[in-house]
Amino acid sequence: MAARYDRAITVFSPDGHLFQVEYAQEAVKKGSTAVGIRGKDIVVLGVEKKSVAKLQEERTVRKICALDDHVCMAFAGLTADARIVINRARVECQSHRLTVEDPVTVEYITRHIATLKQRYTQSNGRRPFGISALIVGFDCDGTPRLYQTDPSGTYHAWKANAIGRSAKTVREFLEKNYTEESIATDNESIKLAIKALLEVVQSGGKNIELAVIRRNQSLKLLESKEIETLVTEIEKEKEEEAEKKKQKKST
Amino acid sequence: MALANVLQSESVDFSNYGRKCRGFSSSLYETELGLESVGGDNLSFAVRTACSDGDGPERKIQFLHGTTTLAFKFQHGVIVAVDSRATAGAYIASQTVKKVIEINPYLLGTMAGGAADCSFWERLLARQCRVYELRNKERISVAAASKLLANMVYQYKGMGLSMGTMVCGWDKTGPGLYYVDSEGNRVCGDLFAVGSGSMYAYGIVDSGLKQKDLTVEEACDLGCRAIYQATYRDAYSGGQVNLYHVHSEGWNRVSQSDVLMLHQQYQAEKA
Repeated sequence: MAARYDRAITVFSPDGHLFQVEYAQEAVKKGSTAVGIRGKDIVVLGVEKKSVAKLQEERTVRKICALDDHVCMAFAGLTADARIVINRARVECQSHRLTVEDPVTVEYITRHIATLKQRYTQSNGRRPFGISALIVGFDCDGTPRLYQTDPSGTYHAWKANAIGRSAKTVREFLEKNYTEESIATDNESIKLAIKALLEVVQSGGKNIELAVIRRNQSLKLLESKEIETLVTEIEKEKEEEAEKKKQKKST
Repeated sequence: MALANVLQSESVDFSNYGRKCRGFSSSLYETELGLESVGGDNLSFAVRTACSDGDGPERKIQFLHGTTTLAFKFQHGVIVAVDSRATAGAYIASQTVKKVIEINPYLLGTMAGGAADCSFWERLLARQCRVYELRNKERISVAAASKLLANMVYQYKGMGLSMGTMVCGWDKTGPGLYYVDSEGNRVCGDLFAVGSGSMYAYGIVDSGLKQKDLTVEEACDLGCRAIYQATYRDAYSGGQVNLYHVHSEGWNRVSQSDVLMLHQQYQAEKA
C-alpha cells in the first residue's frame, strides 16, 4: 500500500501519512549525532565528528555553521541539503537586518527555515529537505534559545535536545541529567553536552566537535585541546563517583 | 463637476498626468477603494505652480506641499502638530482636513503632498504593521515601519507619487521619528517640519526647544504656537491646529484649536 503513495509527495496516503516526509526523517536518523543545550548565559552545540579519510582536509567538513553573529545551527542528515538551507537562512538574516534594522530573533529565523522546509513538502517535483536542524542563539534582550526543526517543517523550542543517530539514547540521558545545577555555570553546560555525546560516540574526545555562543559574543568553536581537557575532567569525575560508590558499599 | 472643469482649465493640466500614473483605475472620479472623490480628484494639498509651458505629463511638476506639519522628539515622547487646510490653486478647498493618519495605537503618520497618496500608502502601511505584529508577536519598531513605507514608495519613484510624511511612534528603543518621502528619502531625526509653512514653524520650534527638558504642556504649547505662526504667514496653511502626543503607552489627541481662536488668545497675552 505504501509503495503507491510515496511517489508524488503532494499526495496523502489513505491513512493520512506523507510518506516522503517520513522517509526524509529516516534519512535524518542515519546522520551523525548532534546535541544542543540551552544554559543560563551560554548555548552549546556538539556534534559527532565523522572520521575523515587520511588525505582529506578536516576543516572542510563543518557541521556547525554560523547564521549570523548571534545565531548558529547544527544539523543531522544530508549535508548537501543542509548547505542550501544554511545559505538561505544566512541571506534571510541579512535581509531582515536591512528591512527591519534589527538582528533576527532565533524564533524568526527558525520559523523561516521551517516555512522553507514545509514549502518543499507541498509542491510538485520536489522532495523534502533531509535534515533536522538545531538552531541556537541569543535574542536582543539576552534570552538564550534553542529550537529544533525537522523535515516536515515543524519547529519546537527545547531546553536540550539531540538529533541524528542514537538521538533517543542521548535525549534520555539529557532528560535524566539536565538539572538546574548541571547548567549552573558555562563550564558545566559544556561538560553536559560532552557527557551526552560520549554516550554514543566511540573513542572519546577526538570525535567530538563543540561550539558555544555566549551572550553578546559570536560563535566560538572549541579547539580539540580544550575538548580533551574537558573530557579528562569528566573521566576523573566519573572515577571519583565510582570510588565513592564502592566505599559506600564496603562500609 | 463644473467646479472640476473650471479648475482643470485654469491651472496646469493635471488630470491627464494623474490618470496616466494611476495604473489601476480608469475613471476620474472613482478609486479602487470605492471612495468618491468630490470636486475632482485634483483635491490635494499641493499648490499649483503657474508654469505655463504646456508640454504635458512628461514635465516634472514641483509640488510645494501647501501645508504645515511638524513633529519633534522631546523627553516625554513626540509631539505632532498639523494644520488642516487643503487648497486647489488659490481656492481653499477645505479647512477641516485630517492630516494625521492613525496607523495604529502607537504609530502616527502625517500628510503632506498628495492626499490620496499619503492616505493610501499609510493605510497599506497599517496593514503591513498589523501583519508583522501577528507574525512576530511583538509590535513593529518605528524604524522598521518607516523602512517598509519607504521601500513601498521607492518602487514607484519617478512615476509621480507625491508624499512627504513623518512616521512618529514609540517603540522599545524609545521615541521614534522618521521623515519619509516619495523621492525615496528616509531620515531619522529629532525635529521635522514639512510643507510650505515649514520655515515659519522651524523658526518657532528652534527657538522654543532651547531648554532641554520641556514638560508635556510646554511642548504641546510650542507645537501649537509653531503651527499658528506658520498659518499666520503662509497662505496655504490654516484652519485648525491638530495636536497629538506620542508617549510610551501610545498616542493621544491633545487638542484641536481653531487658528482664529488662537490668534485672539495670543493677541490677548501680548497685551
